[in-house]
Amino acid sequence: MCTNLTLTTSISGSGLGREGWFAVDQAVVYFDHPQDAPLAHALCLDVRGPSSVSDPAERVAVELDVRSARRLAETILATLDHREVRTVVGSSSAEGA
Amino acid sequence: MSDAMRAETITIQGHGGDGIEAYLARPLEGGPHPGVVVIHHMPGYDRATKEITRTFAVYRYAALCPNLFHRFAPGAKAADAAAAARAAGGVPDAQCIGDVAGAIQYLRALPDSNGKVGVIGYCSGGRQTYVVACTLDADAAVDCYGGGVVTSPEQLSAARPVAPIDLTPKLACPLLGLFGVEDTNPSPEHVVRMERELRAHGKSFEFHSYEGAGHAFFSVDRPSYNLEAAKDGWRRIWSFFGEHLAKA
Repeated sequence: MCTNLTLTTSISGSGLGREGWFAVDQAVVYFDHPQDAPLAHALCLDVRGPSSVSDPAERVAVELDVRSARRLAETILATLDHREVRTVVGSSSAEGA
Repeated sequence: MSDAMRAETITIQGHGGDGIEAYLARPLEGGPHPGVVVIHHMPGYDRATKEITRTFAVYRYAALCPNLFHRFAPGAKAADAAAAARAAGGVPDAQCIGDVAGAIQYLRALPDSNGKVGVIGYCSGGRQTYVVACTLDADAAVDCYGGGVVTSPEQLSAARPVAPIDLTPKLACPLLGLFGVEDTNPSPEHVVRMERELRAHGKSFEFHSYEGAGHAFFSVDRPSYNLEAAKDGWRRIWSFFGEHLAKA
């Protein structure tokens, strides 16, 4: 199957692209046929920024199998929930918490 | 008969008079030739779709694949253009119809055209083929596992405002449908719904569903490739287009 299901969320930070770092402001998440991963379907993530509009290659992209995608999501959350991170984020409002 | 062909990227006039990129493959000898518009899958106007386009030229069709993602990222690589299209909400049906209308017009205007043009689409392009066949004056259409022909009201959007199955009364050409029994969209139940609707409106159609095959069974570069389904599918395509496009 192919899906039109696409979820987007606004983000803030930097991504490392073809020509170096660039500002990012949007994450696009979908589950569909990948471009390259040897899978029928993949969890696809595109991290984009204002410069992605003028240069479509300016993006950070990954295509993951379902288990990997879940592990990655859980690992991100586990990192953010770690005591040391909570301490750092709790002591500064500049971390975007 | 020679299998020599010319294949190249050209610009055609698409929806709203916009110039869009398209890949043209045409036989160099013989003729007149029928035409085929190839509608690419969701991963875009890629190497695999261009290979399919050239295959039609080998079989003596002038084939043209419009880049439906062109406006989202002019000149970009297929993967980047597909990502840009995805981020922008996808291709609106009206735009797709306009682009395919431009492609049909281009093929009919070729000096060695026999005047007949079919449309074939894969994956999301299968759904778009159904929409196009119910909207434009194609001479034959092939829907290869197009998901979303049968769709629920909550899946409709501004870009895709009408469920393609509701357009069935307007279908104006013979339709060939090729599906995998293991596919979930279109599922075997969706295919039965489509058959019922086509029959109810007295349309000319021919459906084949392959046991053991899922979605995208024609894709030689993907794990979904299914040799038996793909071989029989190609045979059905040559027979169907031969009957409706190539016959004098």
